[in-house]
Amino acid sequence: MNKKRIKISIVIASAFGLCMAFTSLAQQNSQPRHAEARSENGNLVVQLCDGKTQMEVEGVREGDVIPPDMAREVAAKMMAAVKAEQAKQASKWTDRDRLTWEREQKRIIAEGDKLFHDWKALGGTIGISCDMCHPNGSNTHAETYPKFQTQLKKVAALRDMINWCIENPMKGKPLALDDPRILALEAYMSAQRKGVPLDPGKH
Amino acid sequence: MWPLRWKKREQQYTQERAEFFDAVKRLDRRSFIKVAGMSAAAAVAHTSLPPHSFQLVEVASAQTAEKPLFRFAYISDTHLYERELNERFVKSTMRAVQDVNALDPQPDFVLFGGDLAQLGQPKELDLGKQLIGELKAPVRMMVGEHDWFLDMGEKWQQLFGPPSYSFDHKGIHFVTLMSVNEKDFWTERKMTPMERMLTVAGLDNSLQSRFEVGEQGREWLRRDLAKVPKNTPVVVFSHSPLYKYYKPWNFWTEDAEQVQALLAPFRSVTVIHGHTHQMLSNRIGNIHFHGMLSTAWPCPYAPEGLPKLNVQMDRADPFDEADGTGDGSIDVYKSGYVDKHHNLWSRNPITVSKAYLDSWGKQSAPPAPGHPSY
Repeated sequence: MNKKRIKISIVIASAFGLCMAFTSLAQQNSQPRHAEARSENGNLVVQLCDGKTQMEVEGVREGDVIPPDMAREVAAKMMAAVKAEQAKQASKWTDRDRLTWEREQKRIIAEGDKLFHDWKALGGTIGISCDMCHPNGSNTHAETYPKFQTQLKKVAALRDMINWCIENPMKGKPLALDDPRILALEAYMSAQRKGVPLDPGKH
Repeated sequence: MWPLRWKKREQQYTQERAEFFDAVKRLDRRSFIKVAGMSAAAAVAHTSLPPHSFQLVEVASAQTAEKPLFRFAYISDTHLYERELNERFVKSTMRAVQDVNALDPQPDFVLFGGDLAQLGQPKELDLGKQLIGELKAPVRMMVGEHDWFLDMGEKWQQLFGPPSYSFDHKGIHFVTLMSVNEKDFWTERKMTPMERMLTVAGLDNSLQSRFEVGEQGREWLRRDLAKVPKNTPVVVFSHSPLYKYYKPWNFWTEDAEQVQALLAPFRSVTVIHGHTHQMLSNRIGNIHFHGMLSTAWPCPYAPEGLPKLNVQMDRADPFDEADGTGDGSIDVYKSGYVDKHHNLWSRNPITVSKAYLDSWGKQSAPPAPGHPSY
């Protein structure tokens, strides 16, 4: 009896482990959620945590424990169903990838937001931060770069303008062009202009 | 001896230029001819000076025969840090003080529009008091949120008295109204005074509450106005605009409608406000609203909520740190309505005249910007 219990718990644990591995990168609020499903006949419905795969177990009532052999069968069938589903997909990108893209984007924008409001972190020396003249990134017009700037004597990218502001009104030292802070600022400023058509050169 | 000769010539030039701009603001037909002659003569005499510094200002087209009752000047939103940290804001404040002290004749009084300090520090407020103290004309102080939220107005009231008060001047009833109160957002978050101040100091910081006059303030206003006859013109000094322009930046007064309702019964009401750091005018019913420039930095126009009557100032040139900033003066007429003169540093001055708001924008429109905000 004990060995069987151990085997069952291994099966369930591995199914559980599979589920956790699947959603390990997703944050709590972005885990897929099954809709509540009830069998017409009152059978037990087992749901996988991918939010999609489920199966009805015939002969077992809702609320009952599945016998060990049947449990192994159910787990194997559900695993096969997941694999079959994945084989059908045209795209190599999974939900996990999409979650990663979104999360990383939000993270860098949040970093940029923080720097935009923090003159010390950008090396400013007179207490002026970006958000004073540009609340919520307004009047930065990320969509109009690259464009010619007379005082810079060249067609400048957004990061050149960021550096100009850090050097002049903020009286700091310009950042290296591959400084991660510049990228974060660009990400934040561009995000504020999401949806605005590109118009490089507009003054 | 030649440095002295150059200095005298420069002073003379500056004085003549100031007189010229002053005269142009108060033109009638006869004066215009006189002034045009003066400027032509001066331009000939000073041919060695760069031509662009002596351009004729575009004159507002409405020629009202009526002369203003009196003039007062304003300096607003200086946002002072201690000098060791930021000297630029100190210099801008000094420039504004010099501008006002150079006015001839001197204004009846000078309004300080709020946000004297940047972070409400005692040293910042002391510095502000010292700089504003150089003004020759009497000063009327108004408090802004940057002055208030470090110690909830303790130091401000020590230096300048109660934040709301009223006075009468030449038949006009003036009310300075504390309009940057905020409902408590800091206690539940266990913020330190500095954290509270930094939150309020962030224009786009949505943690803070929206500005309001508040129940006590409105009750004070109601009692003050109860003594004033309805025909007496009322001018209100307020840091927040007393109408709803753009909520995310607190260009907003939460109880604006209730305050306006207290003011509406009066025949003429003018609100002069700070906080927005831009040329801004509006009219709601019989209330005219005018925003003051900041000496420290300009704000962009909000993406929505701009009053229809407003004519924007040109977008600030980031390569000129004084662009979009300045000080100004206000001509008050017998009716209580005003001409608002924006003395934009780095640009030609612009006047938003009484006739413009009187006519709901149909006459005397200020010059349109070449580069409006987008």
